[in-house]
Amino acid sequence: MTGLALVAGGALLFAAGLAAGHLLARRSVGDTTGLGTPVERATFRTLHTASLAAPPLRAGLTADAARKAVRRLRPLFGTAALALADEDTLLAWEGPGRHHEHTALDRVRQVLATGRGRTFPVDCREPDCPVRRGTVAPLTVDGRVLGALVVLGAGESAAVVRATEEVARWVSVQLELADLDRTRTGLADAEIRALRAQISPHFVYNSLAAIASFVRTDPERARELLLEFADFTRYSFRRHGEFTTLTEELRSIEQFLELVRARFGQRLRVTLQIAPEVLPVAVPFLCLQPLVENAVKHGLEESVERSRVTIAALDEGATVRIVIEDNGVGMEPDRLRRILRGDGGPTAGIGLRNVDERLRQVYGDEHGLVIETGVGAGTKITVRIPKYRA
Amino acid sequence: MNQTYGTAAVLAAVLATLVIGSAGLRISRTTSDFYVASRTVPPYLNAMAVSGEYLSAASFLGIAGLVAAQGVDMLWFPVGYTAGYLVLLAFVAAPLRRSGAYTLPDFAESRLESTAARRVASVLVVGIGWLYLLPQLQGAGLTLGLVTGAPRRLGGVLVAVVVALAVAAGGMRSITFVQAFQYCLKLTALLVPAVFLVVAWHGDPGPGAALEEPPAFRRHTQVTVDSTVRIRLHEPLRAVAAGAVDGKRYDNAALLLDPGVHEVRAGTRLRFPPGAAVPERDGGSGPRTGASSWATPLSGGRDDHPLYTTYGLIFATFLGTMGLPHVLVRFYTNPDGRAARRTTVVVLALVGGFYLLPPLYGVLGRIYAPDLLLTGNTDAAVLVLCERLVGGVAGDLLGALIAAGACAAFLSTASGLTLSVAGVLSQDVLPSLGVRHFRLATLLAIAVPATASVAVSGLPVADAVGLAFAVAASSFCPLLVLGIWWRGLTAPGAIAGLLTGGGSALTAVGLTIAGPPADGWTHTLLAWPAVWSVPLGFLTMVLVSVATRDRVPAGTEAAMARLHLPERPAGATS
Repeated sequence: MTGLALVAGGALLFAAGLAAGHLLARRSVGDTTGLGTPVERATFRTLHTASLAAPPLRAGLTADAARKAVRRLRPLFGTAALALADEDTLLAWEGPGRHHEHTALDRVRQVLATGRGRTFPVDCREPDCPVRRGTVAPLTVDGRVLGALVVLGAGESAAVVRATEEVARWVSVQLELADLDRTRTGLADAEIRALRAQISPHFVYNSLAAIASFVRTDPERARELLLEFADFTRYSFRRHGEFTTLTEELRSIEQFLELVRARFGQRLRVTLQIAPEVLPVAVPFLCLQPLVENAVKHGLEESVERSRVTIAALDEGATVRIVIEDNGVGMEPDRLRRILRGDGGPTAGIGLRNVDERLRQVYGDEHGLVIETGVGAGTKITVRIPKYRA
Repeated sequence: MNQTYGTAAVLAAVLATLVIGSAGLRISRTTSDFYVASRTVPPYLNAMAVSGEYLSAASFLGIAGLVAAQGVDMLWFPVGYTAGYLVLLAFVAAPLRRSGAYTLPDFAESRLESTAARRVASVLVVGIGWLYLLPQLQGAGLTLGLVTGAPRRLGGVLVAVVVALAVAAGGMRSITFVQAFQYCLKLTALLVPAVFLVVAWHGDPGPGAALEEPPAFRRHTQVTVDSTVRIRLHEPLRAVAAGAVDGKRYDNAALLLDPGVHEVRAGTRLRFPPGAAVPERDGGSGPRTGASSWATPLSGGRDDHPLYTTYGLIFATFLGTMGLPHVLVRFYTNPDGRAARRTTVVVLALVGGFYLLPPLYGVLGRIYAPDLLLTGNTDAAVLVLCERLVGGVAGDLLGALIAAGACAAFLSTASGLTLSVAGVLSQDVLPSLGVRHFRLATLLAIAVPATASVAVSGLPVADAVGLAFAVAASSFCPLLVLGIWWRGLTAPGAIAGLLTGGGSALTAVGLTIAGPPADGWTHTLLAWPAVWSVPLGFLTMVLVSVATRDRVPAGTEAAMARLHLPERPAGATS
């Protein structure tokens, strides 16, 4: 009996949800009283359509993006069909009259060659084909013609020609933005390369000097340290792959700490807490090592006391939480903010900022560095990395 | 059962879980330990964790109960639960690890490049998770009820609260060690008492031939009927009753029932003399205790179409294992595809070894606890045997050990499932609400099945788990197998297959659990959907994919290469 009641209740709930959803949908489209004059409403509708078509185009001019974009854009024209082409193929065709593909493509090639839009008549033997005339407008990015927008309909009108040109210009702007996104990614790549090259000349110099001090007294230790140094630099200068595993990143940190210890001996205490299931997680290459370097630097180089650094990696379901903590001098929160914004001076905390930016770029803004610090209170840096990267 | 020992054992199991869960990190203070601390989990440990999470209340309690009640056909349950890993090993384990996906929705998204496919997969994961959590909580209620005397529904809710707190408070910082420990506990909890039980059984005069005959009471036995039952008698029955039988009140009066169907009201106490045959439950949704067919396969003890139901069981369990959300998550801990495959092999051995034990308990339960057949409470067989057969303080202690094992069974599976469901809920279903959001998701993940476990009762634990397997087999098995082995899979095809296969199985399951009672083929088809819903899922996925051939994801070749090529060229070192 309870079962029957449950099923009935579920069905009722479903029906209610359906009705509510339907109503809401109707309201958002149809009932726009109180939202201005008809002209204003038309403007809103146009802007809304444009905002829907923009996200796919931000991925650049691909078949998938084109298919999604033309589906959104066609209502703007009210004509029979709409197509997007890149330099040599028709990427997407929305609406009837697909058999005119070749005619359209020929016109697109002309436009690509000249860089100027035009209209053209379409011969069709099928009596009920709605496509009689077409308009092509070029898509230009940085003065280069990347593709074309084709509008096909029953007849020619100045309004359609104008609309085609305007929409083509709007699509061009979106593609330009996509280009900008790509440039930004490239810039980050360049930055990580710079970071690698920058693995701090100081560190190289200090390590070699420390190793040299062991060469006579403890040649075996010196040899080991040199090997560590070799491994560490090989990892840091490695060229392939933007990602590595947490295991490898930790191994590099271990080598780094071994070299630091050669110089500072017992003054440095390091505690490691690792949940073993997070070790295979993929992390951006060199995303932790700079943080550890920072912690060690704060702890050792600016005080004489014993320095303590804790590195913890914990399992949090779909994410990994990594915490790096030191008991060093800490920092003014304001200064830290400036460093992360990028105006803390030419040399200050480039590693920190770079890691923060890369994390935000790969995983989104909610995965940037979380830093807790104060003058004389040490520093605690928390990173949350998703186990799976979309 | 001795309540002090039992309660202490259950508390100890819970405490050990929480302590290992919150402290199970590898800690090093010197650089030389660094290497040890940053070593990935070896396959054997990971396999123990997978097994620990996999062996649920259904395995620990349910199988023995089903075998006791319904005979050798039910041996397909342990066989199927184990063989599922064979299929996983052959088709899925290594490629799935190489894909880098942490959950099934991740896999759907990375392989098909579609967020819509991801969303559908998420909804199904949550559905399967809830369906699987329900019997865990029911098993918890049963165990805690027997051990501490608490009302049954309270036990389930109590465990739900414990699991929610542990997961939401981040008390499972290192779940691998917890689950590995739970496996050891479960194995010990069945193995040690089993030795005592077998010895006691051998010491008992004349238990041998009892299996072929209808079950009978071996000594004076008093049975309290919890809910009204109809019993069918084949020969006259003498008993002493206190309560209502066939609408007539008895007050500790002798009772002689003729062959035929009789109704015993809830709350009635019946006392049987030694040698009396155990009355057979008649009809209803409870399991039937086929009288003489117990030791013969396919003899119609359970359903109208035993051959069909056997195949239904085989399809669901063989193909459903790969689609269980909490199993997959553990495979991510393997560093690469090779390790994933090794882990699966070890899991096969560990799980296979464990499953030798529950049937033994089932057989002994039929001989020594036949009253459970009458009350329908067969899931309790494992828990009461030690008290009945060994007795004394030794019996109480062994019983407490088994109670601790049962507690481990539902705790480990329930916490693993809750973690997986909460992860999917917080990532894909709920709107983003910041940090506290995972805790909310955890509450939702456990609250729904906890509520359902209070509302729906009376479904045997192993049966309910079988239904969850059926849904997993008809939705995620096609997605994984085709996604890994067929280039032609498209996002619309996968979505259509998930919806038809999983949706139809889910509907059938829903009707079986909560719908109106049905009989004959309708009931059989709905209760064992896997035979038709798995092919339906595959077929829909293939046909729709072929129809939408132009929508094959652009990155298919790259994705396939990633799934099937070894991570690192052979011989290369880094």
